[in-house]
Amino acid sequence: MSKQAMNQTGTKEVLLEVRNLKKYFPITRGVFKRKVGDIKAVDGISFSIHKGETIGLVGESGCGKTVAARSILQIYQPTAGEVYFDNVNLATTSRRELQQFRRRMAPIFQNPYSSLDPRMPIGRIISEPMDVHHLYNNKKERRARVEEILTLVGLAPVFAERYPLEFSGGQRQRVGIARALASNPEFIVCDDPISALDVSIQAQIVNLLQDLQEQFGVTYLFIAQDLSMLRYICDRLMMMYLGKIVEIADRIDLYDNPLHPYTQAVLSAVPIPDPEVEAKRKRIPIDGELPDPANPPKGCNFCTRCPQVMEICEDVDPEIIEMSDGHWVACHLYDDPSLKKDKPI
Amino acid sequence: MGSQLLQVKNLQTRFFTDDGVVHAVNGISYNLDKGETLAIVGESGCGKTVGVLSLIGLIPSPPGRVTGGEVIFDGQDLLKLKRSQLEDVRGKDIGMVFQDPTMSLTPVLPVGTQITEVLVRHKNMTKKEARERAIELMRLVNIPRAQDRLGDYPHQFSGGVRQRIMIAIAIACMPKLMIADEPTTALDVTIAAGLIDLVKKLRDELDMAVIWITHDLAVVAGLAKRLIVMYAGSIVEEGLVTEIYKQPKHPYTEGLLNSVPRLDQIQSEKLSTIGGMPPDLIELPKSCPFAPRCNYVTDHCWQETPPLMEIGTNRKVACWFSEKVGGRK
Repeated sequence: MSKQAMNQTGTKEVLLEVRNLKKYFPITRGVFKRKVGDIKAVDGISFSIHKGETIGLVGESGCGKTVAARSILQIYQPTAGEVYFDNVNLATTSRRELQQFRRRMAPIFQNPYSSLDPRMPIGRIISEPMDVHHLYNNKKERRARVEEILTLVGLAPVFAERYPLEFSGGQRQRVGIARALASNPEFIVCDDPISALDVSIQAQIVNLLQDLQEQFGVTYLFIAQDLSMLRYICDRLMMMYLGKIVEIADRIDLYDNPLHPYTQAVLSAVPIPDPEVEAKRKRIPIDGELPDPANPPKGCNFCTRCPQVMEICEDVDPEIIEMSDGHWVACHLYDDPSLKKDKPI
Repeated sequence: MGSQLLQVKNLQTRFFTDDGVVHAVNGISYNLDKGETLAIVGESGCGKTVGVLSLIGLIPSPPGRVTGGEVIFDGQDLLKLKRSQLEDVRGKDIGMVFQDPTMSLTPVLPVGTQITEVLVRHKNMTKKEARERAIELMRLVNIPRAQDRLGDYPHQFSGGVRQRIMIAIAIACMPKLMIADEPTTALDVTIAAGLIDLVKKLRDELDMAVIWITHDLAVVAGLAKRLIVMYAGSIVEEGLVTEIYKQPKHPYTEGLLNSVPRLDQIQSEKLSTIGGMPPDLIELPKSCPFAPRCNYVTDHCWQETPPLMEIGTNRKVACWFSEKVGGRK
């Protein structure tokens, strides 16, 4: 929610800046693993995240959302581009320094069933980041901190002794959140933490994440496919398509004034739980499938499916430009040099 | 109103496991007219899938067993049919589409064979006739270059197209009823929207009834006419989609509707949540199963389970205090 971001008297302090980030995975063939091509999972994305805000990253499966998140966290080493955390380029930091930054960034994963080690009691799962970063002086302190975090995420302190197997999906996700909180991070990447949960449990987890933000002022990068939920939790949203960001806008602008044809199509496809509204809506169908990321189209990545495709789209990849304050789009429909502004995102 | 196609009476399904008897479906009754679309909504473990699999004899047994009730489909009780007789109904008069197309198509046969198989089995077609028809069906579900793709294997198609193939198989024999169990859950939103449009089109063209199972109330808002909400193996609310979304009468339905944000609205207050968790189906409480999580709970709810009561035309609810419920944000 925007409360935190707005509290800072209008000044938006940048916490994280991503510049032209790329992550390619090599395709190899034969006994000698000859490289024959690249999967361009993330192909040059740029954006910045302000302190205390929640920014959403949306896109269909396989568009590179998770790879982008992992490259930002330096779980994957980016192929090219830079990630600045608190104005420090993570690519040029030493391993030791990077470790310091890792404490300040934490992930929450999608699947609470596979992201918790079944052989570790909850207490150890949560204290592991604290062990890694030496965040306590003695065992008593560690234990106290684990219990404090468990309470914070709405679980009983006695659960520290139990194993993941004994918990439901929603409770496991709370454990995942507790683990992320253990190192006192400023920035948390939530990689679709709700899609594996039931509807009524999703709301509990989302409310918890919001409470934690209000309490500690953490910044979230929230990845999901559910645009209704993202529009509810995020201040700003980024639409991703085949390794590229095609539109960035605040949550009001994105819905009221979507610019990219892909955004328009996705918005028209999201169902609304109201039969009367649903009966009046018009869908913008997009045909075909996501192109192969090893062999993306020459021009705009969306040109193979775009309902408003033009000649230029098949040849030239559109740059992302700022159309109005904070509303960015990468589409030739808005090619007008006078509208371009020369300022980093 | 068309005539009745399906009548489910007091259906009960149990799973006899080592840990005890799981009360998966506890006496559910509903009707379905010809050509009508009914949505069954509920969270995981509420018995929505088991409830429809019980209709067509697809409950894995052991440990599962339909322990009571009647399923009158087109004049005959499906629960009394012999296995071979049921096989004549399944795939012919009742088509099925499941959640995960990767699991329900066999990876070792080309999709063409999987479509023609149904036609040869139920319609006594020759291989050649079936092939022709399979191409027609693939065109009907909007698969481009149908003729060339008949020999392709499931892994060569994307998830959305695989689901279209499932639909082609389901409608191959022009069924009177299609059962769709969360067919869009695994799909991306644009692909899901396309699939829903396709089902609507086919339903109207073939005058086919549809039972659509989902956990997502938004998905069925534009698709179904009638809605059943299930909780802990029982129906807790039933009615027209237009009425339930406007004014839910069961606290659980109300909770579900208020816990999802809407794309077309900016909500500034917190999402409402339904506290706690669904009950353990091995030891069903004697009280209303929703009582531990309910905002309206009173002593009465703990003492007596409310039956599904009629509160208006086409409207039923299992709650003692339904007149107090009905706030949608």
